[in-house]
Amino acid sequence: MDIFADQVLMSRIQFALTASYHFIFVPITIGIGLLMAIFVTRAYRTKDAEDDALARMWVRIYTATFAIGVATGITMEFSFGTNWANYSRFVGDIFGAPLAAEALFAFFLESIFLGIIIFGRNKVKPLFYTISAWLTFFGSALSALWILIANSWMQTPAGAVISEDGSQALITDFFAAAFNPSTLPRYCHTILAVLVMGAFVTIAVSAWYMHKDKFKSAATKMLRTGTVVGILALCALFVSAHASAVEVWEEQPTKLAMMEGQYETEAPELSAFGFVDEQNQEAVVVGIPGGTSFLATGTWDTEYPGLNDLANTERFEAIDVDTLPVNFVYQVYHLMVACFGLIGLCLILALIFMRKKAKHNVSNMKWLQWLLIVSPAFPFLAIQSGWLTAEVGRQPYVVYPSTTGPENVTLLTEQGTSVSVQPFELVITLLLFFAVYLILFIGWVRVVGRFIKAGPVYEVDTKREDADAERLITFSEGSDTSDDALNVVRGEIEAADPDTETVVSIEEDEVIEDDGAEKGGDAK
Amino acid sequence: MSALAILWFFLIFLLIAIYFVLDGFDLGAGVLYPFIAKDVEEQRIVRRAIGPVWDGNEVWLLTAGGALFAAFPDAYATTFSGFYLAIMLVLFALIVRAVCFEFWAADSKWRGVWNVCFFLGSLLPALLFGVAIGNVLAGIPMDAQGNYIGVPLLGLITPFTLCVGLLGLVMFITMGACWLALKAPLGSAVQSRAAKLRLPFQIVSLVMFIIVTVMIFTMMSGTAEMVPELEIVRYIFAILFAAGIVVSIVMGKRDCSRSDLIVFLAQSVAAFSLVFLLACSMFPVLVMATPDSIGDPITLMSAGASDLSLTCMTVILCIGLPLVLLYHFIIYRTFRGRVKMEDLAEE
Repeated sequence: MDIFADQVLMSRIQFALTASYHFIFVPITIGIGLLMAIFVTRAYRTKDAEDDALARMWVRIYTATFAIGVATGITMEFSFGTNWANYSRFVGDIFGAPLAAEALFAFFLESIFLGIIIFGRNKVKPLFYTISAWLTFFGSALSALWILIANSWMQTPAGAVISEDGSQALITDFFAAAFNPSTLPRYCHTILAVLVMGAFVTIAVSAWYMHKDKFKSAATKMLRTGTVVGILALCALFVSAHASAVEVWEEQPTKLAMMEGQYETEAPELSAFGFVDEQNQEAVVVGIPGGTSFLATGTWDTEYPGLNDLANTERFEAIDVDTLPVNFVYQVYHLMVACFGLIGLCLILALIFMRKKAKHNVSNMKWLQWLLIVSPAFPFLAIQSGWLTAEVGRQPYVVYPSTTGPENVTLLTEQGTSVSVQPFELVITLLLFFAVYLILFIGWVRVVGRFIKAGPVYEVDTKREDADAERLITFSEGSDTSDDALNVVRGEIEAADPDTETVVSIEEDEVIEDDGAEKGGDAK
Repeated sequence: MSALAILWFFLIFLLIAIYFVLDGFDLGAGVLYPFIAKDVEEQRIVRRAIGPVWDGNEVWLLTAGGALFAAFPDAYATTFSGFYLAIMLVLFALIVRAVCFEFWAADSKWRGVWNVCFFLGSLLPALLFGVAIGNVLAGIPMDAQGNYIGVPLLGLITPFTLCVGLLGLVMFITMGACWLALKAPLGSAVQSRAAKLRLPFQIVSLVMFIIVTVMIFTMMSGTAEMVPELEIVRYIFAILFAAGIVVSIVMGKRDCSRSDLIVFLAQSVAAFSLVFLLACSMFPVLVMATPDSIGDPITLMSAGASDLSLTCMTVILCIGLPLVLLYHFIIYRTFRGRVKMEDLAEE
C-alpha cells in the first residue's frame, strides 16, 4: 500500500491522531477544573455536607481525566523530536523555550497541587485545600497559554529571522515571538471554548441525574453553576471568535480563502453550509454575499484574494492550488460554526428552564434532559473541528509565512519530518497508539462513569452511631442502586430520629438538603 | 563555546539528575511493586507512598526534554528521532503507568490489569533510559545532518548499552527500595521487605558500575577523548558515587528507623553524582558519533541555540525554579513522615 510508505502522510496522521486525542481530555480537564474549584470553594464556605460531596465527586472526575491528559501530553512534547526532527531543528531556537516554560510554570503547579487535592484532604487546612484547587486550575490554564504561544508562532511567526544558511529560525525578540499577532486571540478563544466544554459536562451530568430522578438538589446546583459559567464563557467567546477571525483575515489569507472555499479574488460570502468542488474550483454555498467581508471590514464589497491569485505571489509560491484540501477546511470550519449555534441554543434553553419553581423546568422536561445529556458533543465537535480548521488550514506549511511575518521564516510540512524514522516504524507505532488509546478510553469511561453513577454521596454523621447510618455508608460504596437505597435509609433515619424536623409536605430533595446542612453543622 | 551554552549543558544534566533521583524512587517502587506488595493493603501502602508526589516528579522529565529542545535543538532532534521506537516504548509505558495509577483505586474489577500495567510501565522506562544514555555515550552512526542511520531499535542494543541500562535499572530499584523503607509504616511487611532489598541492589549497582567503567576503558577509548580539565571533577563524582552507596549500606545496617532517611539521602547523592560523572565525561559532547558515522558528534557548540534564546531560558529558569522548589517543599512537607494506616482508608 502506497500510503503506508508515505512518511510525511503517516507522520501527519500520527500527529493529528495523538493531538486530537490529547485534546479530548484537555478541554474536559481545564473546563471542569474551574467547576471543580467553584464547588470546592462553595463547600468550604457553606460547610454543607452535600456541597462537600459534590466537590469530592468533581475532584474525582477531574483527577481521572487529568491523568489521561497528562499521559497523552507527554506524547505531544516528545513527538516534536521523535516525528518532526527537522522541524525541531528549524524552530528549536524559538519553540523550545515555551515548552520548557510550560513545564516549569504550569505543569509543576498543576501536578503538585493536584497531589494535595487528591491525598491532602485531612493533611492541610480547608482554606489551603481550596486554594490548592484553584492553583491546580490556574496551572492547567497556564499550560494552555505556553503551548498556544508555541503553536501561534507556527501560524504567525514573529520576533525571528532566518539563519544565514536558511537551516533554522533564530530568535530576535522574545516578547514579539511569544506575543505574536495570533497568540492572544487564539489563547482566549481556546480557553473560553474549554470552559464551555466544562460547563456542558456539568450540565449533562445534572440533566442525567434529573432524568434518573437522583440527587435532585445537587443536580439543580450543578445545572445552575454550569449554565452560568457556560453563558458567561459563551458571551466572551463571541468577542474572541471575532478576534480570531480578524487575525486570520489579516495574517493568513490562504487559510481564510480555504475556510470560505474562495478560489478567485472577490468579496467573500458569509455562507451557512455548502460544498466545495475542488476539481472545478467552485464553491456551491448557501449564504449572504459579501457577508464575511462585512464582518471583517464593515463594508460589503471589500475584496479578499482568492487561492489562485495568492499562489501567484512570491510569499505563497509553494502552494499548489489543486492539492489543497479546500473542501475539508470549508466543512470543518462550518461544522464549528454550526456547533457554536447549537451550544448557544442549549445554553439558552437551560437558562430559561433552569428555575426550579417554574412550572416547566429541566427536571420535568424529558426532551430537554435528553438534549442536555448529549449536548457535550457540540462543544466537543466545535473544539475538534476548530483545531482542524486551524491546522489543516495552514497547509502546506508547518511554519506559515504570515503576511506580517519576517522574511523567509517558513517551513513546508514535508520538510519537517524525521529522516531517520522509517515509514514502517510509524505504522507500528500508529497501531500501538490506536490500541493503547482505545484501552485508555474504555478505562476512562468506566472510571468516570462509575464516579458519576455513584454521584455526590455523603456520609452521615457517624456520631449518631445509628445502625442505619452505618448501613448507609456501606451502601454508598459504589453500587448502582446506592442512591435508591440511600433515600430509603435516609427516610428511615428521619423517621427514627426525633432531632430531625421533617415536614412531610416538603419536596423530597429539599428534605435532603436540610438534612445535609444539619449533618454538616453537626460534624463541625 | 559561549558561557551560556556551557551553563546550559550542565543545567540539562542537573535537570536529568533531579529527574533520576525523584522519579527514580517512584519508578523503582513500581518495579518492586509486585515483589514487595503481596495483597491489596500492601499495594495501597506502596501507592500511597508515591501517590502524592509521582506526578510532580515526572514533570522533571518534561522539563528536561523541553530544556534540551530549547537549549540544544539538534541534540533533541537527533536523539528523539534516532531512538524513535525506544522512546515510543518509554512513552507508552509512561502513559499506561500514569493512567493506571489513578484508575487502580477506582476500578477494582480491572485491578489485575492495572497492576501489571503499573509494573511494566515502571520497568520499561527504568531500563530504557539507561540504554539511551549508553547509546549517547558510546556513540551512534549519523548522517551529515545528524540523523541516525543505524538499524532501528535493535541497532541500539549492544552489550555496552545494555549494561548501562542495567546499571540505571538497579539504581532506580535501589532508590525505590530506599524510599519505601522510609515511607512505609514501621512494622509493616512492605517496610521490612524494602529495607532488606536495599543491600543486594546496592551491591549489584556497585558491580554494574565497575563493569561499565571497565567496558569504557577496554572497549572504548577510555578517558582519552574526555576533557582533561575536568579529570579531577570526574574523580570527585566517582568517589561521591561510591561514598554515597557505602554510607547508605552502612546506615542501612543500623536497626534504627531514623537512619532510613539518611540511607535514602546518601543513595540520592550517589544517583546524583552518577549523572554528573556522566556529564563531566561527555563534556562538551551531547551525542557521540561512532567511527562509521558520516556526521560529526553533536556538541554544545554545534547544537546550541542562540545566545539570546539561552538568555531567555536562563531568565525563565531563574523565575521558575524557585517557584518549583517552593511547590516541592510544600508537597513533601505536607506528606512528611511515614504513611499511616488510617491514610489508606481515604481512597
